[in-house]
Amino acid sequence: MNAPTDLQKFLAAQEKKSLLRFLTCGSVDDGKSTLIGRLLYDTKLLFEDTLASLEKDSKKFGTTGGDIDFALLVDGLEAEREQGITIDVAYRFFATDKRKFIVADTPGHEQYTRNMATGASNSDLAVILIDARKGVLTQTRRHAYIASLLGIRHVVLAVNKIDLMDYSQAVFDRVVSDFHQFSARLNFASQVAIPLSARFGINVIEKSKETPWYTGPSLLSHLEVVDVDTALADTAFRLPVQWVNRPDLDFRGFSGTIAGGRIKPGQPIAVAKSGRTSTVTRIVTMDGDKAEAVAGDAITLTLADEVDISRGDVLSDPQARPVVSDQFAAHLLWMADEELLPGRQYLLKLGTATVPAQVSGLKHKIDVNTLDSHAARTLALNEVGYANFSLAQPLAFDAYRDNRDTGGFILIDRFTNATVGAGMIDFSLMRATNVHWQAVDVDKQARAAMKGQKPVVLWFTGLSGSGKSTIANLVEKALAGQGKHTYLLDGDNVRHGLNRDLGFTDADRVENIRRVGEAARLFVDAGLIVLTAFISPFRSERRMARELVGEGEFLEVFVDTPIEVCMRRDPKGLYEKAKAGKIKNFTGIDSPYEAPEQADLILKTVESSPEAQAESIVKYLRDKGYLG
Amino acid sequence: MHIMREVASEFANPVMLYSVGKDSAVMLHLAMKAFYPSKPPFPLMHVNTTWKFQEMIKFRDETVRRLGLNFIEYINEDGVKRGINPFDSGSSLHTQVMKTEALKQALDKYGFDAAFGGARRDEEKSRAKERIFSFRDRHHGWDPKNQRPELWRVYNTRINKGESIRVFPLSIWTELDIWQYILAENIPIVPLYFAKKRPVVERAGTLIMRDDERMKLLPGEKVEEKLVRFRTLGCYPLTGAIESDADTLEGIVTEMFTARTSERQGRLIDTDEKASMEKKKKEGYF
Repeated sequence: MNAPTDLQKFLAAQEKKSLLRFLTCGSVDDGKSTLIGRLLYDTKLLFEDTLASLEKDSKKFGTTGGDIDFALLVDGLEAEREQGITIDVAYRFFATDKRKFIVADTPGHEQYTRNMATGASNSDLAVILIDARKGVLTQTRRHAYIASLLGIRHVVLAVNKIDLMDYSQAVFDRVVSDFHQFSARLNFASQVAIPLSARFGINVIEKSKETPWYTGPSLLSHLEVVDVDTALADTAFRLPVQWVNRPDLDFRGFSGTIAGGRIKPGQPIAVAKSGRTSTVTRIVTMDGDKAEAVAGDAITLTLADEVDISRGDVLSDPQARPVVSDQFAAHLLWMADEELLPGRQYLLKLGTATVPAQVSGLKHKIDVNTLDSHAARTLALNEVGYANFSLAQPLAFDAYRDNRDTGGFILIDRFTNATVGAGMIDFSLMRATNVHWQAVDVDKQARAAMKGQKPVVLWFTGLSGSGKSTIANLVEKALAGQGKHTYLLDGDNVRHGLNRDLGFTDADRVENIRRVGEAARLFVDAGLIVLTAFISPFRSERRMARELVGEGEFLEVFVDTPIEVCMRRDPKGLYEKAKAGKIKNFTGIDSPYEAPEQADLILKTVESSPEAQAESIVKYLRDKGYLG
Repeated sequence: MHIMREVASEFANPVMLYSVGKDSAVMLHLAMKAFYPSKPPFPLMHVNTTWKFQEMIKFRDETVRRLGLNFIEYINEDGVKRGINPFDSGSSLHTQVMKTEALKQALDKYGFDAAFGGARRDEEKSRAKERIFSFRDRHHGWDPKNQRPELWRVYNTRINKGESIRVFPLSIWTELDIWQYILAENIPIVPLYFAKKRPVVERAGTLIMRDDERMKLLPGEKVEEKLVRFRTLGCYPLTGAIESDADTLEGIVTEMFTARTSERQGRLIDTDEKASMEKKKKEGYF
């Protein structure tokens, strides 16, 4: 073999190949893993030792009676081998003379639909498998919808196991027409249907004689030529800043991966949020400066002017800037077991920016079978909804259909740190850009100074009957006696007015506390010492209330009374009713109480009287300087 | 590079695990690029089992000096005291104590909250399902069912105290990609990857290089000089050589595109037990 020449030819050919990232999805047992195994096997990408272990495994675990079971190539983890289903996303690599491929093998099982969204978010094409014997199923519709929701424009409908239906054209035509009926409402640019048998390699690599009535391409020939070019380099320039590069005082660069468009030295840029502009001076790399960089490149830019830029900012084309707003509407796919709570604060990560955010209004959820909208108060695992979001700070973003990187975001639970949702921005809510904060001249400090006190929220939390209201009432009386201006917000009283429209579901409890937190904030702003007495069972909402006011303006008071004691006291007879099932969602009975981990004050009510507890709180306030 | 910058920005105390092999060489090269003209804002750490090839250690020290990096070497001294070694203790105990345990000790000792590793999804079945950001609990355990979804290029890097994340920036690279990149960027690698006459012993069908006197010969075994190279590097008694005359990068890539044997075959630890890699990962191995 003439090595150098062959090598050069090989390398040259490698460079010319384009990359196609696609995902496969379908129901349990439709044969996804078998199909991928078949593609790897037939494109000769398997090594000899892998083959040997495959033959060995086929005899041991195989479901094909001793023949090579291609699914075993891709079903890696022990658990799924035992259960016979794929439980995660697996990435596989293969190549032909024309193209390189990365396949995301995604799960069919409903509970792992979130993993399919993961695979889809980084793919340009979806191969949707259908078992010819079963036809279009709920899962098929769900997968087609999620693919479309995540911006995939090209689908292949692989009608598998056609061998088991005697290679019948009628069966194939019926499946395809069923699918088209549904997919007509989805936004696909191309849809190609292919009759296949993954197990026997029918129409996978080459067209088979078994289906003479089928005139289209084989799966592989189609994948080799399908044009999925999204031309991201032709969109508006976007560079989300990841890291400010400052090796010494003379160099200040901004590092990030270009999310859209292209950039050259000499071109103007605008910092989306601040509106400041400058000009690119250099595109710096270890291999020397570049004359141009395009979408997908990881670069470091330097600018002509000293502009204040930090991580989370988006450098953009001044002629086509992203929207800057703290409110938008987006599609949301829920990915956690615990349901979505509108009003609860989550962390929203979009590009390189992370901000606290909440769902301010859930418009509807979407039935993935019919694509119809239904009213909803919450979203469960794998459900898709359309919602308004409200952020703690404005962000720069684009619509998801214009740019996946600057229009897609994840939601993170603030306590478990789990990724609980994935969102795709539809449009900005104009309200945010038109309603500005009205600056006033007499401020919180001025109002508090007049009263000779420091404003603060004393947030009492604890079970029903723990003694919150009793102690808060005593504290207020003591403070009033000293001429301090106070206000007590009591749980039961507030529910007669401000929160009359709310019930006791988790979602309503969150909204209840949000409103009380906002009311407490206004009173603090007015210079008052605010006492609140609410069960407030969730850590997230107590934290939200804390963050509404300034540092040192929130004291969490945990009224720590064991539930047995509360039940014995039962001042309003509520535990009795809850145990009898007459009250639903009662904290401590059939609704959880999350005890504070770092309360400012802990009151053990079984150890001393309410009067003594109240006195200790007043003393604490005096010692800490709240009483002037 | 995007991934490395995310980690450097969002974690308090990241570290790059450097195994001296070709994947580590590529990973380090990318880190040098990602932060240029700055140096990577995290240290490099090598978990040394004390059974690495001498040439690896020499190469490692040269690399650290050449690039001017902050470097940490960690050895499980307790394991050394107990006399753990791949010949008498068996490969799985040796790997468990000197690699897996050592890694956990090192991460705990320095309080690292994120660690880069050079693993690739094409290496082995259970690795195909690994995330780029792989979440580990307080005990460094990996739960394949409880991994975070990774959408777009948005990575959830939030952890509680004591938890950590392993980061695999080369996740979507294949072995061939690695070699092509080394060739295109002219990245220095350990000379053991190139064919040379080396003293080897054939044991259980695998060619083992006798790197020092600690390797005792069994009856009937003899040391032969053979023209060999390594496709993967680890502890010398556990790393099989292949007979080859590829003594240049071009030669290696040529050999690669005609190869029919996957690289982990040279690693004796994988065949020890069924699904052994997955088991090791649950225990905290990379």
